Amino acid sequence: MPEIKPSPPIEVQVSVADVSFGGWALFERLALTLPAGQWTSLLGASGVGKSTLLRLIVGLEPGHSEVHLQCDDGRPLTGRAAYMAQQDLLLPWLSIIENVMLGARLRGEITAEQRARAMALLAAVGLEANAGDIPAILSGGMRQRAALARTLLEDRPVVLMDEPFSALDSITRIKLQELSARLLSGKTILLVTHDPMEALRLSHQIYVLAGRPAGLESAMQLDGAPVRDLHDPVVLQGQADLLQRLSDAEAALP
Amino acid sequence: MIVLRPLIIFAGLLLIWQAIVWFSGAPPFILPSPLRVGGALVGQFGTILPHAAVTLAEIVMGLILGTILGSVSALTMAYFAPARRWLFPVLVISQAIPVFALAPILVLWLGYGIISKVAMATLIIYFPVTAAFFDGLRRTEPGYLDLARTMNASRWAVLRQIRLPAALPAFASGLRVATAVAPIGAIVGEWVGSSQGLGFLMLHANGRMQIDVMFAALFVLAIIAVTIYFTVDAGLRRLLTWQPESHPSND
Repeated sequence: MPEIKPSPPIEVQVSVADVSFGGWALFERLALTLPAGQWTSLLGASGVGKSTLLRLIVGLEPGHSEVHLQCDDGRPLTGRAAYMAQQDLLLPWLSIIENVMLGARLRGEITAEQRARAMALLAAVGLEANAGDIPAILSGGMRQRAALARTLLEDRPVVLMDEPFSALDSITRIKLQELSARLLSGKTILLVTHDPMEALRLSHQIYVLAGRPAGLESAMQLDGAPVRDLHDPVVLQGQADLLQRLSDAEAALP
Repeated sequence: MIVLRPLIIFAGLLLIWQAIVWFSGAPPFILPSPLRVGGALVGQFGTILPHAAVTLAEIVMGLILGTILGSVSALTMAYFAPARRWLFPVLVISQAIPVFALAPILVLWLGYGIISKVAMATLIIYFPVTAAFFDGLRRTEPGYLDLARTMNASRWAVLRQIRLPAALPAFASGLRVATAVAPIGAIVGEWVGSSQGLGFLMLHANGRMQIDVMFAALFVLAIIAVTIYFTVDAGLRRLLTWQPESHPSND
């Protein structure tokens, strides 16, 4: 694999003023910190606004200026965050390798070196044999691995992930979580998920988004380094606690 | 079977035709038998061929022009809101007035030559292409656009790499409909006023009670229409190999 210098990790401070969508108060003032090079999970029930918060951070909700982002190197986050969604978003008319290189394609900067890197990343996610295939013939897990390779090729210091594993079966999900943790190490990650176990295995810290309008409690710091084993006491104990917190939050709703 | 099926369909239609002639006892100047029409086709081939070439040219030019104009209109409406508000009513009006009603005016303005027929064919093709392509351009999967935005794609790159290819299946549906109706424009134009083309030949033959020649011309027109349709269809299929096909009959 051609050597490229990975971009240095950055810490991102997010603060959000009160946000409303279509007349509904969605968030009350909230703040979270994404420590440099660490995984932060944002956990919450469906519909609480996790995805919206992530979209606000990545800049996909134009017209909403309530979000304030501050990176520790003083530069803006714009252009430095990659986005990975629940759907793989592979373009059906492009081959897998072309999809992996989508960013370069859209910016008109495809080079032989890019292609070599894309091939190397496809090899890293175990898809080198499928480089020329169209997405339609691949399984859901393979497609999400291709999406992971596409995210990695962008080589952004921050990666924002919106339930990227939730559409997969549990075995595939566990494998892909491990692969992602390995390949994304050193990057600053925000993972939106509704699965406490996923958050506990992958994260350094977890925020729970709850209430209406939704607010954040202080982050739950986890011992040890991810990826944690399924039998890790942090995972087993934490899962019960988090589920309790989530259902308490649900019960407290008016 | 792929080769055989059209032949079987063709032979079946001829048989039904012949059966109707036999059982109805219709005289040849009302319904000529397939054999008679075949005879006229062979005998008058030298006459029919140049007329067929004119009609073919009208349809193809109408298709090309209508597709270009339709695509440009769809893109304009998709990208400029004022164009959408001003052009869409015009588009609907262009379709609400039957092309048959416009034919005499177009012939009056554009003459008896090929141009008025091309205009007619263009007009009839314009709407299905524009409407389908415009719909396709508007219905791009929002997730693709989100992804492109996080990748700092320019508007042009989004159009070229995402919106256009994503709209291609819709465009193809519109173009298929347009291709199927394109001959109507050309033929109606020829009926209203012309000195050449298959429509003219049919009127001419009708006036002289050469019903077998009429049918022969109709037959050639059908061949032209079907050939154009399958050519366009094959081209679109090649462009859209990535689009999965499923038939409800297999559910």
